Amino acid sequence: MPETAPSALELEDVEVRYGAVPAVHGIDLTCRQGEVVGLIGPNGAGKSSTLAAVMGLVAPSRGDIRLGGTSITDAPTEAMASLGLALVPEGRHIFPEFSVDENLRLGLLGRRDRAGTDEALESVFELFPVTREFRHRTAGELSGGQQQQLAIARALVSGPDVLLLDEPSLGLAPQVVATMMGALAEIRRRGMTILLVEQRAQLTVAFADRTYVMRDGRIVLTLAPDDAGDVDLLTSAYFGT
Amino acid sequence: MRFAQTLIDALALGALFALVAMGVSLLFGVMRLVNFAYGEIITAGAYALLLTKGMATPARITVTLTVTIVMAALINLVLRPFRTVPPPTALIATFALSFLLQNLAILWFGTQGAAMEFLPALNQAFTIGEVRIRWITLASLLMGVVLVGAMALILRRTDIGLQMRAAAADFTMARILGVRSNRVIAVAFLATGFLAGAVTLALAVQRPLVTPSYGFNVLVPALVGVVVGGLDRLVAGTMGGFFVGFATVLLGQFLPPDARVFLNSALFAVVIVVLLVKPNGLFVRHTKGFERV
Repeated sequence: MPETAPSALELEDVEVRYGAVPAVHGIDLTCRQGEVVGLIGPNGAGKSSTLAAVMGLVAPSRGDIRLGGTSITDAPTEAMASLGLALVPEGRHIFPEFSVDENLRLGLLGRRDRAGTDEALESVFELFPVTREFRHRTAGELSGGQQQQLAIARALVSGPDVLLLDEPSLGLAPQVVATMMGALAEIRRRGMTILLVEQRAQLTVAFADRTYVMRDGRIVLTLAPDDAGDVDLLTSAYFGT
Repeated sequence: MRFAQTLIDALALGALFALVAMGVSLLFGVMRLVNFAYGEIITAGAYALLLTKGMATPARITVTLTVTIVMAALINLVLRPFRTVPPPTALIATFALSFLLQNLAILWFGTQGAAMEFLPALNQAFTIGEVRIRWITLASLLMGVVLVGAMALILRRTDIGLQMRAAAADFTMARILGVRSNRVIAVAFLATGFLAGAVTLALAVQRPLVTPSYGFNVLVPALVGVVVGGLDRLVAGTMGGFFVGFATVLLGQFLPPDARVFLNSALFAVVIVVLLVKPNGLFVRHTKGFERV
């Protein structure tokens, strides 16, 4: 990924507080267009709070968040999809009693370009054939891996500029994770900018162009794909030992 | 024959309570809020009917529906600042609003009731065999079926319906996907305003005396029905409203005459038993991963 590519998502000095308790201490983070950026760290490191701030679910107490160079710091959550951000949240949050089709229709709400709806659906059907095969089935009947595919498909049909993934491998069997990572590789090949928040350090570092390590609300290290094999480095980065 | 007669009356009151319960459930679905001021929307409709006495029926119906819809929209505006407060605070706010509106009605109209005189001819009955059916009974039943069916169609088949169901099931995720919360809540309020207007029209024929607590008296049993049926789901809540209306008529008919003063006690005894046996609601099949609307 050329380092000169324009930035798609930028966080500058972003601080998040829950009352008096700081969760994120003024972090800087950049995803350039077409880049996959990893964000790893132990539980409570501030990863999900960072995503919540990006999506407008919590208001940062300081700093600026820019999408394609335009500040979205004060934009409401419901405007984010149409601004070009899509989130696959931790725990998937599909609508289990809705059909697969209805879940996808909700994803289409955020589209800026209504004309491209059919192409967007066709594109995710190709990527995740189960979403076409089980289109009329209730989403809650799908397996965990299939539900994760649906959650990613639902995010993609909105036609985002940046795809945010929060712990997509959580609760999935290793084989299912491998399939999902294959799909993410294809999404990357199509030029999507991805911010991947994960606890699985090795997997993320190997996959992402660049991985930030977060601990106690701060970014403490940036890792390159080659660092994925250095278990000692990963362990010390993760736990601060 | 007496049973058939009772059954028809029970179905009609059940249909009316189901409509009130549907209004309460719909709003609870998208706002997680029980709106006690819902009864006052019905009361406002009833006073609209009273004030338009002497006008042509279509005009009275139009004014009543307009008043209930505008009233619902106003209540939406008043309750807007309470969307971000803890649910018990918002609940008490709706209670306060309900009593404020009831007291305003007392100030303006007094505590004495006044007759609305709306389509009294619909209280006439026709007979099928030995069963006497009042026209309003038939009309209430039809209206209940049509409106519940229409609402189900809107929720199932339209984009705004899908968005309302999504907001009810997972409000935060719905917003992340781009569901405009203000729009969805406003549409829910307008729909409940329309339902309240329809209920007012049917009630006005059967209970022509409007008082400041007119709507509140209907809301309470319907609300009990919503809780009995299942507060968390529109269909279950609506069915609960139907159940309470239906059971009220049946109990009233089959209790011994000298025990009928205990009708409400008997009804609430049934409710307590139901809630002990099925605390999540009579018509809720499971509690995980449910769809609220």
